[in-house]
Amino acid sequence: MPLALVDCDSFYASCERIFRPDLKNKPIVVLSNNDGCVIARSKEAKALGVGMGVPWFKVKDHYLKNGGYVFSSNFALYGDMSARVMNILESVSPSVEVYSIDEAFLDLDTLDKNFNLYKFGCHVKGLIKQWTGVPVRVGIAPTKTLTKVAIYQVKKMNVATRVVQLITQQEIMKALSLTPVGEVWGVGRRLNQHLQQMGIVSALDLAQCDPAYIRQKFSIVLERTVRELRGERCLEIEHDVAAKKQIVVSRSFGQRVDHLSVLQPIVSNFVVRATEKLRDEKQKCSQVSVFVRTSPFNDKKPQHRGFNSFRFSNPTNDTRDILYGAKIALKPIFRPNYSYAKAGVLLSLFSNEGIKQYSLFQDPDEPKDNSPLMKYIDVMNAYKTQIYFASQNTSHYSPVRQNMISPKYTTSWHEIPLVD
Amino acid sequence: MKVNYIGKISEENLPAIFVPYFLESVHAGFPSPASDYMESPIDLNKHLIKNGAATFLVRAQGQSMLGSGITDQAVLVVDRSIKPSHDSIVVASLDGEFVCKRLKLRPKMCLMPDNPSYPPIFINQGQELEILGTVTAAINKF
Repeated sequence: MPLALVDCDSFYASCERIFRPDLKNKPIVVLSNNDGCVIARSKEAKALGVGMGVPWFKVKDHYLKNGGYVFSSNFALYGDMSARVMNILESVSPSVEVYSIDEAFLDLDTLDKNFNLYKFGCHVKGLIKQWTGVPVRVGIAPTKTLTKVAIYQVKKMNVATRVVQLITQQEIMKALSLTPVGEVWGVGRRLNQHLQQMGIVSALDLAQCDPAYIRQKFSIVLERTVRELRGERCLEIEHDVAAKKQIVVSRSFGQRVDHLSVLQPIVSNFVVRATEKLRDEKQKCSQVSVFVRTSPFNDKKPQHRGFNSFRFSNPTNDTRDILYGAKIALKPIFRPNYSYAKAGVLLSLFSNEGIKQYSLFQDPDEPKDNSPLMKYIDVMNAYKTQIYFASQNTSHYSPVRQNMISPKYTTSWHEIPLVD
Repeated sequence: MKVNYIGKISEENLPAIFVPYFLESVHAGFPSPASDYMESPIDLNKHLIKNGAATFLVRAQGQSMLGSGITDQAVLVVDRSIKPSHDSIVVASLDGEFVCKRLKLRPKMCLMPDNPSYPPIFINQGQELEILGTVTAAINKF
């Protein structure tokens, strides 16, 4: 029995539009943290030639002159709307894998054999639209990779019902022949170039390759892709999403930073946020890494990228330990006289909170356990940050620039929509 | 550095959203006989929201729905999964703006304010109307 992929249409832009009915059929773009790059576009914005991921300053003038609307990213809103969509999906299928903020795979195995899958897809699409206002596309096929092809067909052919099913051999072959190999799930830019050189241009060409040959020439991963395109299921629905393997907190700055005294507190802020996430995942980490870089869009100035890690002797999720490690890691990679545009913190080498491994030189009777302190700080800071660490940047000057953020329509009592 | 005393941390004053509800008043000087009868707290969400995924809160502005008990600044519970019928109070978008009115399907479809000093709104050709959901409750704060 097949799978379904439910994919929200221009998700961030759609979320903004739900609460701004005056923006119906108007171009909408959403910018990354700090208003740096375009990360979502409505179809009207795409029609104005705004590319995915382009720096905002490059398209701003042309876009605004043509009547476009722009928003800073409002993740409180997108997160809540996503949870609503996923909730609805869980009510129609007992087996849902939330793949990203705006995509989920559904196992249709439990549906009655005589159930009309296409009608089911339309029903789900209609339900989500009616209940939340979010427009979605649905792809139905025997494998995950083929559901992605189905979604591509909805976009490319602009299918009015927003639902495509690839079940019969004929339907699958036709869709594959219309899909460029570069659009296949898991085929990146470089792999695409390589395949093109070998004369593998469409997804159908790839599906017709010998899996053993592909495995030998490329990888087992691409072999799996070939098998999936042929309708052989290699990737199952994953119910228990594996614990995160790393946590990253990074931002580009509103203003360039060229002093360690300014950069250090910003990095400390990232550490505090990352460590909150770490405790939320009930994990400890053994390594903190810090990275900094200058702006690649400012080629007149000297460029620098730096990355350095600090290893802990014992896994920790105590903010103070990780602040210490990050400070040591940052020092050698910071170069004076460079204008830094972005920095970030990466926590890795996780182990479960409950597991304790003592180091050779540690007295096992004196475990340093700060979890109650960290727990209280997390509780007190849950609503609004009230407790800071000494090395943090606590001033109201925020390095994050988000001038065009919309209200938190669904998560803040004081920002709910107004009706006349 | 200035430090403000915030208060002692204890389990009791951690943020909580429920209101404990006792059946009996507690008599001082006697081991509380009520503790055995403690019931689950009243959860307003449970009573006001049937379908969380489809429910949105909005704030009413103005006096046009006073007759239905919706005062200025009332918070309305809007359930998008309930199909509105004749006489339902609805939230709709009309020409790009959110409005809350009573939906009348007969004799001619219109959005009817619940206040005699406001006229009914008939939908003319070329106007865009989308009914977004049914208002199931209004919360007036005093």
